Amino acid sequence: MTAQLKKVKPGTSILPPGMCLGILVFFMAVIFQISIVGEDTAWAASENEEIAPGRTMARQALKKREIWKTTDHSKHEILKQDFKSGPEVTAACLSCHTEAAAQFHETIHWTWLDPADESKVVGKAGLSVNNFCINLKSNEPRCTSCHAGYGWKDDSFDFTDQTKVDCLVCHEQTGTYHKFPAGAGNPVSEETVFKGNGKTYYPPEWNLVAQSVSRPTRSNCGTCHFFGGGGDAVKHGDMDSSLMKPNKNLDVHMGIDGQNFDCVRCHTTVRHQIAGRIYATPASTDRKSLIEDDMASKIMCESCHSSTPHKPGVKANDHTDKVACQTCHIPEFARVNPTKMWWDWSKAGGKKDGKPFKIPGPLGKPDYDTQKGEFVWEKNVTPEYFWFNGSIQTLTALDMIDPAKTVKVSWPTGDREDKNSRIFPFKVHLGKQPYDKVNKTILIPHLFGKTEDAYWVSYDWKKALYKGMETAGLNFSGEFDFVETSYVFPTTHMVAPKADSLSCQECHSKDGRMKNLADFYMPGRDTRSVVDYAGWGLVLVSLVGVMLHGLGRIFAKNGRRK
Amino acid sequence: MSENNRMIKIYLYSKFERFWHWVQAVLIILLIITGLEIHGAYNLFGFERAVTLHNFFGLSWLVLYAFIVFWLFTTGEWKQYIPTTRKLYDVANYYCVDIFKGKPHPVQKCKDAKHNPLQRLTYLGISALLLPFQMATGLLYYTYNSWETWGIGKFLDLGILALIHTALAFIILSFLVVHVYMTTTGHSVTSHVTAMCCGWEEVEEGTQVEDWERGVVS
Repeated sequence: MTAQLKKVKPGTSILPPGMCLGILVFFMAVIFQISIVGEDTAWAASENEEIAPGRTMARQALKKREIWKTTDHSKHEILKQDFKSGPEVTAACLSCHTEAAAQFHETIHWTWLDPADESKVVGKAGLSVNNFCINLKSNEPRCTSCHAGYGWKDDSFDFTDQTKVDCLVCHEQTGTYHKFPAGAGNPVSEETVFKGNGKTYYPPEWNLVAQSVSRPTRSNCGTCHFFGGGGDAVKHGDMDSSLMKPNKNLDVHMGIDGQNFDCVRCHTTVRHQIAGRIYATPASTDRKSLIEDDMASKIMCESCHSSTPHKPGVKANDHTDKVACQTCHIPEFARVNPTKMWWDWSKAGGKKDGKPFKIPGPLGKPDYDTQKGEFVWEKNVTPEYFWFNGSIQTLTALDMIDPAKTVKVSWPTGDREDKNSRIFPFKVHLGKQPYDKVNKTILIPHLFGKTEDAYWVSYDWKKALYKGMETAGLNFSGEFDFVETSYVFPTTHMVAPKADSLSCQECHSKDGRMKNLADFYMPGRDTRSVVDYAGWGLVLVSLVGVMLHGLGRIFAKNGRRK
Repeated sequence: MSENNRMIKIYLYSKFERFWHWVQAVLIILLIITGLEIHGAYNLFGFERAVTLHNFFGLSWLVLYAFIVFWLFTTGEWKQYIPTTRKLYDVANYYCVDIFKGKPHPVQKCKDAKHNPLQRLTYLGISALLLPFQMATGLLYYTYNSWETWGIGKFLDLGILALIHTALAFIILSFLVVHVYMTTTGHSVTSHVTAMCCGWEEVEEGTQVEDWERGVVS
């Protein structure tokens, strides 16, 4: 202690060197820490930085895929015959691939019915409705241009006929095979112009397309799935023609400048059953990585990336039990082509000079169309978020609705307590569509046809609804109005590069993306006003108190001096 | 304080005591700044960086606190925190009334008793209850993702925990305000702060101090 006295002179003493060093080291550590987390996102690593384990795993699983075949279809005599129609080609295919059609008949691509629903009500071919063109019944020839079959023009279609399977639409690789948009799944047999889009359709060069067959590529799947709802980008928001040849920025997996995945790279297939969600049946119930189960489908992100894909210690690894990968990694959908967000059927039927017309919109898509009503298109859309266990419920034309509220035509199921549920991004498509005021059901209109009772012929809702409901075998009271409805699409394609993934603050803030998800505490979003008022009140009282006390001392001292 | 009295300097705070005091002060201030941002009060570092910093400062504080506790018990300094009611009223009365009349502080500081009865009570409450409780709630918050594995998920609610953690933070912030102000009530406005920096505090002569502590102010 005396030694210390010598060193530190009273009155002139400063912090001793040892202590200075200690404090210095501590705060250098702090500054170091600040500079480390100074990156916009901790896991947005630079090029030479260590790669996240989930990425490494996926890359390991991703050795360049060589597709090898033991046959050359152009050498098969049977494919060199003079084909007149699709079914003839199918018959030729089946002569070797004897089980293919039987397998395909079991799939939803053929039945358009939810295999999990024994009553055969749920499905496009059932009574499920949407808020686009509403239902298939009475509109078959137009809708079934996307059926992988030939000739489904009405209820009389024979679903047991193997030759009616359209092998080519999924397997041909020339890119020249087009089914006529209103041809019930058939290509044209002579050059025909489709009035709906003004395009000319040519009969297929059957030998060429038949000999080109291979595993399905993006254009095979996309020919229907990118154009759902009657046009490019109408339905999904995360799937449209921009995914035919996307760059990495649009989709890290499918980007032709990157991994260049085909759809079937993730949508793995067993006996023509393609992995993916089917109505209320989740794409996968167990989230196994390929290390846990090498025969698992690759349909989940976890399949290749594992459930803790980020670098060790990164908080996002703690989120994967409750937040889907898509939530942070797909910040916006429809990033190239605008997607339809609103479809108001009640405005349909307007005429200009007695004729149907269209009003072009700012994004190059129509704002109005006499045939269909009013639209809103949007680009770079921020998704809405819901708890989702992979299962989507769909309204049918049999279900009672409450027209006082926005009617959910489809909705995601799941909640926070459910271990299989995660917060998931969705496109929510809103619209107005006809409903039965007496029966309180969604109505099915006969839109497409050549007779007077087709809406697109006479623009008479009553006739169209009578015909549509009659064809569906349902009752229509004759009283109808329009009700606002919502339809959901899970957003899972268009995965952005990691640098574009959401920052924490996008959700962890008062008006963040999770503001509509109630019933759980979220840091940065939730505060209790009682604690805030009391807390700040206490601090304020302390401040005012010490200020008054201080002023009192100053005045008292001055007073004493006088 | 009569200006005729000679002032002397006594050695009150040892090196380590000053070290932990200031590091803890800085940590608490940084924790309040980052904590209020996480709470959504403002946007300074950005949520992610605020969380990372808050976690780092919080864990550093735990380590520091372990050293403080060790120091308290090995040096016997913990005795400074034993509460007493003796002269408690006088001290309270001093700060409420007598301080304005220029009367001397009823309890003089010395090496063996550097806290007046009011300080003893306050610091005991803070260092034995408020701060450990804040550290505990913070640590629980930090380990939220392990609750399920530890089997405590059923008994804890993150919202309520965060609420307690926030409420305690406000109490600490309000203590900080008063504490900083109270440093101005010494012999001179800065003498308490100077003492906490250098170890030496100016007190009036006549205070019972040990020889080695004595230094005469000219």
